[in-house]
Amino acid sequence: MKRKKPSSGGGLRRPIQRWGWLFLGPVTAAFALGFVWPFLQGIYLSLCKFRIIKDAQFIGLDNYIAAFQDASFMHSFWYTALFAVVSLVLINVLAFTVAYFLTQGIRGSNLYRTVFFMPNLIGGIVLGYIWSMIFDGILSHYNTSILLETKYGFWGLIILMCWQQIGYMMIIYIAGLQAVPEEMLEAARIDGASKSQTLFKVTIPNVMPSITICTFLSLTNGFKLFDQNLALTAGQPFVIQPDGSSIKTTEMLALNIYNTFYGQNSASKGVAQAKAVIFFVLVAGLGLAQLAYTRKREVQQ
Amino acid sequence: MKEKNGLAAERRTKTILSVVLGIICVIYVLPVLTVVLNSFKLNTFVKTDTFSLPTGEMWAGFTNFIKGMTFGNYPFWKSVFYSTFITIVSTALILLFTSMAAWYIARVDSKFCRTIYYLCVFSMVVPFQMVMYTLSKTADSIGTGSTIGNLAAMLGIRVTGPAADVALLPLNTPYGIPIVYLGFGAGLAIFMFVGFVKSIPLEIEEAAAIDGCGPIRTYFSVVFPMLRPTMISVGILEIMWVWNDYLLPYLVLDINEYRTIPIHIQYLKGSYGTVDLGATMALILLSIIPVIIFYLLCQKHIIKGVAAGAVKG
Repeated sequence: MKRKKPSSGGGLRRPIQRWGWLFLGPVTAAFALGFVWPFLQGIYLSLCKFRIIKDAQFIGLDNYIAAFQDASFMHSFWYTALFAVVSLVLINVLAFTVAYFLTQGIRGSNLYRTVFFMPNLIGGIVLGYIWSMIFDGILSHYNTSILLETKYGFWGLIILMCWQQIGYMMIIYIAGLQAVPEEMLEAARIDGASKSQTLFKVTIPNVMPSITICTFLSLTNGFKLFDQNLALTAGQPFVIQPDGSSIKTTEMLALNIYNTFYGQNSASKGVAQAKAVIFFVLVAGLGLAQLAYTRKREVQQ
Repeated sequence: MKEKNGLAAERRTKTILSVVLGIICVIYVLPVLTVVLNSFKLNTFVKTDTFSLPTGEMWAGFTNFIKGMTFGNYPFWKSVFYSTFITIVSTALILLFTSMAAWYIARVDSKFCRTIYYLCVFSMVVPFQMVMYTLSKTADSIGTGSTIGNLAAMLGIRVTGPAADVALLPLNTPYGIPIVYLGFGAGLAIFMFVGFVKSIPLEIEEAAAIDGCGPIRTYFSVVFPMLRPTMISVGILEIMWVWNDYLLPYLVLDINEYRTIPIHIQYLKGSYGTVDLGATMALILLSIIPVIIFYLLCQKHIIKGVAAGAVKG
């Protein structure tokens, strides 16, 4: 937040401050209750062994060591990373293509935009069940199911996410494309640039801010994915490890954390909370990287 | 002559493009159409004949809908009521209180205000899994601990009778959960409102103050109406979030008593061995019809709101 001169608000400032409790009170109280306290308690509990919060015993970093040694957690990390990158590329390429064609002044653009955006409003759980019905409807003809093979689960979730997110990213790209100065395109045309030259040399450099936003947005969306993952495959199928533990092969990070918290082993809550902190650092890191990157670009321009 | 050919060619390309995109659009709505088809199909055929019309022996009429409404011994209308109630009250709370706080933060700009603001921005990058366990436990213990009997006992007063069991802050019921949403969802809303308030010239409020308006009147009759565009954007984002949210209410509410629509659908599909797919599809159809109507009615606002949230968040 940029700070104005200390006198900002001037004569207005003091009378408002008498009502601070009314204006700030409700949000501060709810925010402390719904975010600050659970967050701090979560950090503390990640350093404890506990079944219920009352019995928490401080044990230092053991939970973090256990989390990194947990094969299912590491698997879900790489699986999530792969998923996030593949979905990032597909969603953005397709969304940009659609946005590009929809801004060429073709007939029916508004209707098409409406349709492409629509799946974005349907909740993750419902989306998961719609697509699990569709995939199983196809796969049942080959006597298999989306729950039986990792690659079906992976590509199934990719298709689902493309269907949901393309419309969303498309909206951001359309806004970016419409902001490209008409004179620049005109100048390129007069200079005899071909369509593809104009696209790559004029249009794309001009929509770089939108591309940055969409890239980070789809990356964090991919990392944080939970509802769709739970409803489509719930992590199935699984393989049994030599040591008797099992790895759910299509389980992503958020679902892995959830299953560690609320699964069979009630003694693993501390490990689950440590995993959650690691997950938070990862997602927050992506957010900060985005911020740093956009700041840098703004300075350059 | 050449110019004319070029124009004709361009028009032809545009027509082809339009047709191709039209076909993709049709493919795009197929999943929803499949839901419609299967909600009228007998359960046994959903898996084997997913993509055929529900004709002849497959036709189930409205039995799936009737079955779905009472599925799992939980009346569907209750989930509809809870989902609607939680969404409306949470969104109203968030809009009212975060806009008030944002105005105060933007105008007073004290150390405390800046701390709150940065905490809010920070909360936007924290994934729900980080706080889900502790948040649900906090909501639970406050919900069960804030009964009149308990609070009175703290003051050394004994209260008995049914009034003693009434919770003052029932965070673990649909009536209190909007407070949890206000807390966890404050970040984005505060961020968007503060950004907007800073663009409002101070002179308007100063004029109101000179005319004798106190802060409360200044806020409600001068500032509040000016916040309309951001209110709509934030409101749309919150409605979409709360209506579709699954994990937070699932962890906070007692799901034997209170189920929102996503919880209900997940519960039916996730916890039984054999699932009546036809009835599930009927429920899914019922749950997306209001969303689609809402979308078609305020499409412009929704698209604008979502884009605003993306660019800023």
